[in-house]
Amino acid sequence: MAKATFRIWRGTKENGAPKDYTTEVGEGMVVLDAVHQIQAESAGDMAVRWNCKAGKCGSCSAEINGNPRLMCMTRLSDLPLDEPVTVEPMRAFPLIKDLVTDVSWNFDVKKKIKKFKPRKPDAADGTWRIAQEDVERVQEFRKCIECFLCQDVCHVLREHHKHNEFIGPRFLTYVAALEMHPLDVEDRLEDLKSKDGIGYCNITKCCTKVCPEGITITDNAIIPLKERVVDRFYDPLKKLFSVFTKSS
Amino acid sequence: MATEFSTFEHDVLVIGAGGAGLRAAIEASAAGLKVGLVCKSLLGKAHTVMAEGGVAASLANVDDRDDWKVHFADTMRGGQYMNNCRMAQLHAQEAPARVRELEAWGALFDRTQDGKILQRNFGGHRYPRLAHVGDRTGLEMIRTLQDHGIHQGIDVHMEVTVIDLLKDGERVVGALAYDRERGRFKVYKTRAIVLATGGIGRAFKITSNSWEYTGDGHALAYEAGAELMDMEFVQFHPTGMVWPPSVRGILVTEGVRGEGGILKNKDGRRFMFDDIPANYKTQTADNEEEGWRYVTGDKNARRPPELLTRDHVARCINREVKAGRGSPHGGVFLDIAWIQAKVPNGAEHIKKKLPSMYHQFKQLAGLDITKEPMEVGPTTHYAMGGVRVDGDTQMSCVPGLFAAGECAAGLHGANRLGGNSLSDLIVFGKRAGEYAAKFAKENKSGSIDDNQVEALAKKALAPFERTGGENPYAIQHELQDSMQDLVGIVRTQSEMEKGLAKIQELQKRAQKTGIEGNREFNPAWHTALDLKNLLIVSEAVTRAALERRESRGAQFREDYPEKSAEYAKANHVLKRERDGSMKLIKTPVPTVPADLQAIIQENA
Ligand SMILES: Cc1cc2nc3c(=O)[nH]c(=O)nc-3n(C[C@H](O)[C@H](O)[C@H](O)COP(=O)(O)OP(=O)(O)OC[C@H]3O[C@@H](n4cnc5c(N)ncnc54)[C@H](O)[C@@H]3O)c2cc1C
Ligand code: SF4
Ligand code: SF4
Ligand code: FES
Repeated sequence: MAKATFRIWRGTKENGAPKDYTTEVGEGMVVLDAVHQIQAESAGDMAVRWNCKAGKCGSCSAEINGNPRLMCMTRLSDLPLDEPVTVEPMRAFPLIKDLVTDVSWNFDVKKKIKKFKPRKPDAADGTWRIAQEDVERVQEFRKCIECFLCQDVCHVLREHHKHNEFIGPRFLTYVAALEMHPLDVEDRLEDLKSKDGIGYCNITKCCTKVCPEGITITDNAIIPLKERVVDRFYDPLKKLFSVFTKSS
Repeated sequence: MATEFSTFEHDVLVIGAGGAGLRAAIEASAAGLKVGLVCKSLLGKAHTVMAEGGVAASLANVDDRDDWKVHFADTMRGGQYMNNCRMAQLHAQEAPARVRELEAWGALFDRTQDGKILQRNFGGHRYPRLAHVGDRTGLEMIRTLQDHGIHQGIDVHMEVTVIDLLKDGERVVGALAYDRERGRFKVYKTRAIVLATGGIGRAFKITSNSWEYTGDGHALAYEAGAELMDMEFVQFHPTGMVWPPSVRGILVTEGVRGEGGILKNKDGRRFMFDDIPANYKTQTADNEEEGWRYVTGDKNARRPPELLTRDHVARCINREVKAGRGSPHGGVFLDIAWIQAKVPNGAEHIKKKLPSMYHQFKQLAGLDITKEPMEVGPTTHYAMGGVRVDGDTQMSCVPGLFAAGECAAGLHGANRLGGNSLSDLIVFGKRAGEYAAKFAKENKSGSIDDNQVEALAKKALAPFERTGGENPYAIQHELQDSMQDLVGIVRTQSEMEKGLAKIQELQKRAQKTGIEGNREFNPAWHTALDLKNLLIVSEAVTRAALERRESRGAQFREDYPEKSAEYAKANHVLKRERDGSMKLIKTPVPTVPADLQAIIQENA
């Protein structure tokens, strides 16, 4: 069997460095398999998150040869193995150890987004009738596995560290899922404009490119939200209209 | 030197944040109590996220002949009447309301033409019954519960592993845990505990389960004096991936067969038609054409044999492989591509109905399921066995200790029907939360023995002090190999006795593990601590399976290939003796009251 070398980040931020491990690679192996094999052979205390091994849970995010990827869905056969494969933790979040970062900020952000608020049930049995096409519009966003790779790659967070002013592509997608939910009646546009910082996004589309679920984050979620914000707050005609409707 | 602890106090502590744990926590906090929720992974990553096919509830949106009675009868038949009939009844009655409640909390299921929740066919369910979202139903469910739960004031502790339950007399009053990130100890003081820790799949080599499934809740309950039941019934799902080797065991949803996927051997024969069990004969199609009509919604057609119960399908696949009629990598073929001959725009149809299966095979196996058949074989999937609980309240025999979801036993009997787990989680998660809250309100808090806590923490740290000790990963792998080979899908006395001896050997070696590094996010340490639990559940499975000298549901004994009326009478219960040994007790299967008996008969 062939061997390959993996250059894996070991240690903490203050006290860490990449370290080379060579291990055997077999057919169909993914990066996560190699990491596990190394863990069992020679680095028992190497920290790594994973659960499903099938791209469903979003636990195993890392930067492989510099690209934000899921380790369990990155096949070795798609990587050049004649040079070391670098495996590093996500950079937009504080490092805990090895490949594990502190992603708790994401969970805090979500808590601050106004929760789902359904309209009154429309059927006599207390349920709702919803058309499949209305469901499909938001199902795309609801596919999100919360891997936070889009957050990792977004320059507003990664380079400019605007974690306090910008919720990032994952949560803009989340807000889009709520705003476009066929039953939801909550209003989140003021928040989007102010505390969610949607204005920071300058539509580079890097988030969309890395999303392992193939969610068209920028075009389908962020841009429509931006349009709604513009319509509400910046369109003079709409403003006038809203004055009229209010007074009537 | 005294170890450092941080201490937390809650009215109800829920251990596990999958569907069952989240639902329990939501319910307990809705009762106005202070609720703590701990989980080993990040929030939203529990097994529930991986569930694909759907959640079973007799909403009768697709076939109006369905109701709770038929669902109840299906569940009992699937479980070979080893079920706790009270749980099967409550489950069937309450599942529809629990599913609708998810919708009210924001879940968006696929729809019927008239805008209701769509339901799909699944093995052992008489009518299309599984509400679903493509093939990512579990994600929809866990996200809905998670997003609802975070606004309920629940105190969530992520990446925290509970290692011991603490008692005051007979009652549980707390738990000792460590946080994975830093390795610091935490003591949770509480008046009631809900275990919702999931299954035991990591005891086997080929499994659809993640690292989390080390049977922690089973073992914690057992050590606290609770009973484990039905542990011999381990579900081997018929369709796991078999190739390439690194993905062996990863699940291929039953939804593939629900959408018309067929099983074939290397000669192209649909072998499932060759062996249809007597008790399912009247409900099963006897030709391919009728089977296809069934999956496309013809109410007069009977289901194709691919949708027989999982235990049976898994054994048929096993037989084909053993007889040399398998696929190149030791499985059989599962073909969904063939439906293109039947439906317009077939490739798009398949991608839409089974998006994550398409994705999974494309990315992990380089195979396009709209063009080629998949190779599949059995994989360890689900534990029907678990903590023995009261059907109404979910409390174990230890006061204050509740269990719900996969770690509890009773609902599924000898074999679980697909889709009946997700519904189990929300029905009994809610009940466990409700009754745990009630217990907490009615009972004062107990006291925790600091010396005991100190001693337990010291024991947990012992592997750091041993140099040149056993490698915990190696012990885990040896156990998985042994369980797979000796206590797997086909069992015999002599092999299981060997398996038991191996477990006993590993139990000794597991006490001598040595690890390197420090306490910060150290998987070797985590693995070392999990070993105790894996070994307890492995022993329980093996002992219960040895004693059951018959084949029933998920248990297949080569030396006793038939069902036995005598063994139908008792569930096997395992309990810890004072001297620490494991004792097996035969407990009569709960009698089915006349009204329920009549329902079973009507739906035979
Ligand atoms: C791939 C796959 C597909 C499936 N598809 C379906 C389907 O379509 N329909 C269906 O009905 N069922 C399906 N199942 C089964 C179903 O998903 C599971 O049985 C169910 O999700 C279990 O839920 P749970 O709440 O009991 O546990 P889980 O969701 O597994 O959650 C367990 C929780 O307990 C925590 N935990 C465990 N030990 C400890 C500890 N020591 N300390 C602290 N926390 C701990 C874990 O971190 C986790 O949060 C599927 C299973 C798999 C693996
Ligand atoms: S499109 Fe917007 S959110 Fe996405 S990466 Fe670029 S700036 Fe960030
Ligand atoms: S939107 Fe995509 S990249 Fe971002 S967290 Fe969700 S799945 Fe990951
Ligand atoms: S392990 Fe679940 S996404 Fe990689």
